[in-house]
Amino acid sequence: MFFLQMLINGIVVGSIYGLVALGFVLIYRASGALNLANGEFVLFGPYVCLVIMTALNVPFLVAFIGTLLFSAFLGLVVERLVIRQLQNAPTISVIMATLGLSSLLAGAVHIIWGHTTRTFPPVFPQTPLNIGGIIITPVYLWSFIIVMILLVIFSIFFKYSKIGLAMRAVADDRQAALSMGMSVKFVLAMTWMIASMVAAIGGILLGNINGVSPTMSAIGLTVLPVVILGGLDSVMGAIIGGFLIGIIQNLAGGYLDPLVGGGLKDVVPFIVVLLILMLKPHGLFGSRGIERV
Amino acid sequence: MLRVSNLEAVYQKMILALRGISLNVKEGQIVALLGSNGAGKSTTLKAISGLLAAEDGHITDGTIEFQGEIINNISPDQLVKKGIFLCMEGRRIFKDLTVEENLYAGAYTRKDRSSIKSDIEKIYEYFPKLKMLEHRKAGYLSGGEQQMLAIGRGLMAKPKLLLLDEPSLGIAPLLVKEIFENIKKINEEEGLTILVVEQNANIALSIAHYGYIIENGRVVMKGEASALLEDKNISEHYLGTGKDIKEGRSNRRRQRIVW
Ligand SMILES: Nc1ncnc2c1ncn2[C@@H]1O[C@H](COP(=O)(O)OP(=O)(O)O)[C@@H](O)[C@H]1O
Ligand SMILES: [Mg+2]
Repeated sequence: MFFLQMLINGIVVGSIYGLVALGFVLIYRASGALNLANGEFVLFGPYVCLVIMTALNVPFLVAFIGTLLFSAFLGLVVERLVIRQLQNAPTISVIMATLGLSSLLAGAVHIIWGHTTRTFPPVFPQTPLNIGGIIITPVYLWSFIIVMILLVIFSIFFKYSKIGLAMRAVADDRQAALSMGMSVKFVLAMTWMIASMVAAIGGILLGNINGVSPTMSAIGLTVLPVVILGGLDSVMGAIIGGFLIGIIQNLAGGYLDPLVGGGLKDVVPFIVVLLILMLKPHGLFGSRGIERV
Repeated sequence: MLRVSNLEAVYQKMILALRGISLNVKEGQIVALLGSNGAGKSTTLKAISGLLAAEDGHITDGTIEFQGEIINNISPDQLVKKGIFLCMEGRRIFKDLTVEENLYAGAYTRKDRSSIKSDIEKIYEYFPKLKMLEHRKAGYLSGGEQQMLAIGRGLMAKPKLLLLDEPSLGIAPLLVKEIFENIKKINEEEGLTILVVEQNANIALSIAHYGYIIENGRVVMKGEASALLEDKNISEHYLGTGKDIKEGRSNRRRQRIVW
């Protein structure tokens, strides 16, 4: 039972990791850059959501949608003001810029909201569900359902929409996409908006589970083993990697931490990633693209 | 339809790639642009389709005129909408997209969404092999199939002027023949104007109406395709049919043509 409990917690948290990692992978695919400010994007979501809820006294759903709009705007601003300026700069400069951005955003959160942990007013039902002896808190169940719905929406968007097609084309061959008359600028702006939105959603869900505090930006680090495990350029890999890391973390936290007095929860994912990279240098699903010889 | 006058272009502000190219493409014609490796053929096509900037290149002098309008400084997406489409060198199909999705990508700038499906069927009539591979990832296609897809993708944009950059590159001779027969057919049936760049001068001139030969960023010869094909000098230097290959000069050029 304990095992199943840990497993389920792992799956739920892992699904959120997968969602946040998705944004990270999209940016990598579109521009080859790692977004080191991803954790701060996650951080902004729940704070903004809380502010809207308490200041305007509106229901969670309204605040949630408001937060999405804000996040999309934040992503757009970052792309316009930072990323676009570095269009012809080497990738490493872009990565450094995101690192700077992460300090800036983290500082802003600290100044505006301080560092105390806040909690969401109860959004989901409070009474735990008992499914065959396994206790599931509704917030876990709902988070999982929301993530799954979003993942389905995104796969349909990427597969069938015109913008989704353009995003995949730009990731595949930027020059060729330009020659189709696709606007790479537009695709990059879309990518940053989506990445910022999924990060915010992940943050809001995590905030509902664990409370909201600046330490949440650590997910920016957790997402690294997730995407490296899945393969940096694979959307599918990000999601499966998210589940795997979530499960591994929770099992390690449940079984090993009591033995050594804690701390392994955060280390084990990196150990797993190291082992897998030895066997598969491009991650489980990563590729250098299809090469025909 | 297209008039290029004294075009000069540089890369990275210092590598001079075009030194005053002039050429003319009349509506409904196939024009061949020939020359050895590094002559400036691709640069010419990139300049016409607005793609130089993406490679840190610029037009420094001269004009490109399309249907009476100067298009030197127009962005690539605007040019695709105006009817100029470049099939880049090396095919550059989207490897992770299916054949069908690649064709949709070609139609990206079009507004008439409803007729796209039937246009895809038309592409499959020109290239029946693609129909069978419809749902295959394009990266798994053979070189020849990828080239057919690249041309099909170009047709999906419904261009008025199609620019083809070395469609024979790295493709088995038998398929090259099939591809060029199809290019000819498309030109005749659709009335599509085509500017085709080639190192394989023989095959290009066999379907072209007119030809230009460039070297070091300049036009060194031009004429009716049939006349160029018959010219002894040209066949020796550019078409790889010269008998006198012991001679060093001729030999060097032949090697360049082999690629
Ligand atoms: N992206 C680039 N950056 C710098 N120089 C380039 C670039 N592309 C081509 N060149 C140079 O421009 C000249 C013409 O190249 P190109 O137009 O590709 O020739 P061709 O297509 O006839 O083989 C060559 O000297 C080549 O080295
Ligand atoms: Mg070339």
